[in-house]
Amino acid sequence: MKQTSQLMDGSNLSPMPPDLNPKAKYRRVLFYKFMRNKTALIGGILIILFIFITIFGSIIAPYDPYTQDIINKLQGPSSDHWFGTDNFGRDIFSRVIHGTSITLFIGFSSVILGATVGVLLGIISGYYGGRIDSIIMRLMDVLLAFPGILLALAIVTILGGSTMNVVYAVAISSIPVFARVVRGSTLSVKKLEYIDAMKALGASDIRIIFKHIFPNITSPLIVQATLYIATAILSASGLSFLGLGAQPPDPEWGAMLSDGRSYLYNAPHVALFPGLAIVVVVLAFNMLGDGLRDAFDPKTKE
Amino acid sequence: MFKYIIRRLIQTIPVLIGVSLFVFSMMHLVPGDPAQIMAGESAPEQQVENIRERLGLNEPLHVQYLKYVTNAVQGDLGNSVRSGRDVSAEVGARFWVTVELAIYSTILAVFIGLIAGVISATKKYTISDTFIMLIALFGLSMPNFWLGLMLIQWFAIGFDLPGWIPFIEKTSWFKPSGWGSFQQVVLPVITLGTGSAAIIARMTRSSMLDVINQDYIRTARAKGVKERIVIYRHALKNALIPVVTVVGLQFGGLLGGAAITESVFAINGMGKLVIDAIAARDFPIVQGTILVIALLFVFVNLFVDITYRFLNKRIDLD
Repeated sequence: MKQTSQLMDGSNLSPMPPDLNPKAKYRRVLFYKFMRNKTALIGGILIILFIFITIFGSIIAPYDPYTQDIINKLQGPSSDHWFGTDNFGRDIFSRVIHGTSITLFIGFSSVILGATVGVLLGIISGYYGGRIDSIIMRLMDVLLAFPGILLALAIVTILGGSTMNVVYAVAISSIPVFARVVRGSTLSVKKLEYIDAMKALGASDIRIIFKHIFPNITSPLIVQATLYIATAILSASGLSFLGLGAQPPDPEWGAMLSDGRSYLYNAPHVALFPGLAIVVVVLAFNMLGDGLRDAFDPKTKE
Repeated sequence: MFKYIIRRLIQTIPVLIGVSLFVFSMMHLVPGDPAQIMAGESAPEQQVENIRERLGLNEPLHVQYLKYVTNAVQGDLGNSVRSGRDVSAEVGARFWVTVELAIYSTILAVFIGLIAGVISATKKYTISDTFIMLIALFGLSMPNFWLGLMLIQWFAIGFDLPGWIPFIEKTSWFKPSGWGSFQQVVLPVITLGTGSAAIIARMTRSSMLDVINQDYIRTARAKGVKERIVIYRHALKNALIPVVTVVGLQFGGLLGGAAITESVFAINGMGKLVIDAIAARDFPIVQGTILVIALLFVFVNLFVDITYRFLNKRIDLD
């Protein structure tokens, strides 16, 4: 019951007095639940911080991320170089700062791309059903048959290694995930009476899909998208680590880690800090995603 | 049940066709002439022509695809353009290394994940629950290539920097590379298994919490059944059903994830084979290995679905 009424909130079928507007009330409840969820709040704050770092990176970073200083190479952390220097004497702190924008760019753009295609396929699949549904879902099954990072790996093999191609590879790998989530939600929304009512009123399929179904499947979609940014960042940095993504001298964290592996014996800090940066960013998106899921979940009270 | 298995097998056929089509197309989707890419940019025309001839690239695409599939079904995945060695033999020699790595990692993940998940669920909202879930969140967020490097650093190499974490000196507890001995197996298995352990722990916790609130558990408690038996015999048994699916999926995912772990620890498995072959532009090897891993994954999933159905007869998967 609760779920149904929650799903109904997006529709404008039943005009309410302004003080009882269920949409606004629902939003207030969501916001309250979200603020009470400390993990989600910390995740959100961290993400805002990283976006801030992206915007003001060149001001925050004390050194140029590309300037080499061979004499001072592989030095441990000090007051001059907080995270030490790498094998070319470049300041690792500045490189990590500049790498933030690459990481966030890959995370956001691959998920936006993948989700757009996945949402379209999922809605079409769920709304029309029948043969279109089987064809789309079998196609998704094929994409899902390549476990873990393997599909992205195969796509990067085809496209060649570069930051943009990693975005495409990760985006394509994410399509079936979004298509499945959206198809499931579409199926449950489609069964609701008001969709039948809209059909009886003569609304076109496109109108029903975009005005009445899509607004009601956004909650699972937002949760999935947030969590998938975490996955996307992990996959993308993994590809760069393998030398198939961002190319040197770009300060991409996975690529920096890959450089660092040669110096584990005498300069462990080179591999330490870029990895920590990945952990914190991924953690932030996972925390936010978990929190949003709890906030959207009608089973958790208040 | 038998009918279900047959239908599931039939459903797998289009997926297998799709997978083989994708893998076959890989070579042709690469911008440029595949023979030229494999031969190298400055290769003489004769050598390019040789590769083209050897791989049958002059024939029409559908003929090539049919040949590829017919050969693959018979276990012939072509020859490496670099070493000329049989791809099936190359993959076969590394197959069990990757499967072993994935199996050990799954066992570790299930063991840790289940224990952590059950503790977390039975002590929900206590410090131990929060602590376990926090660790799980970290486990989930850690790139395994970084975890691998850190494990090598701490447990296989140690630190040689005066004043830098002085309490850990040079260690040689475990080996940083290779596969086979206990000392070589431990670190890669932890590296690959951590993420899955975290996922299984979270899954077990939420599944247990769902079950514990059900009526039959209350009845069992009301009857005076000991709490330990309620948890481990009554609750866990049903809570495990959704966990089985996750474990199956994780095992499959680990087959793909093994690529990075194998590369970090220089383990000669299928994953490292693919990555080395990508760098060498050796398409027959890349295709053959990806095909084998994908097929393995498809059949693991099929097996998991059937097990799931078997465990939970109430569920109708039609």
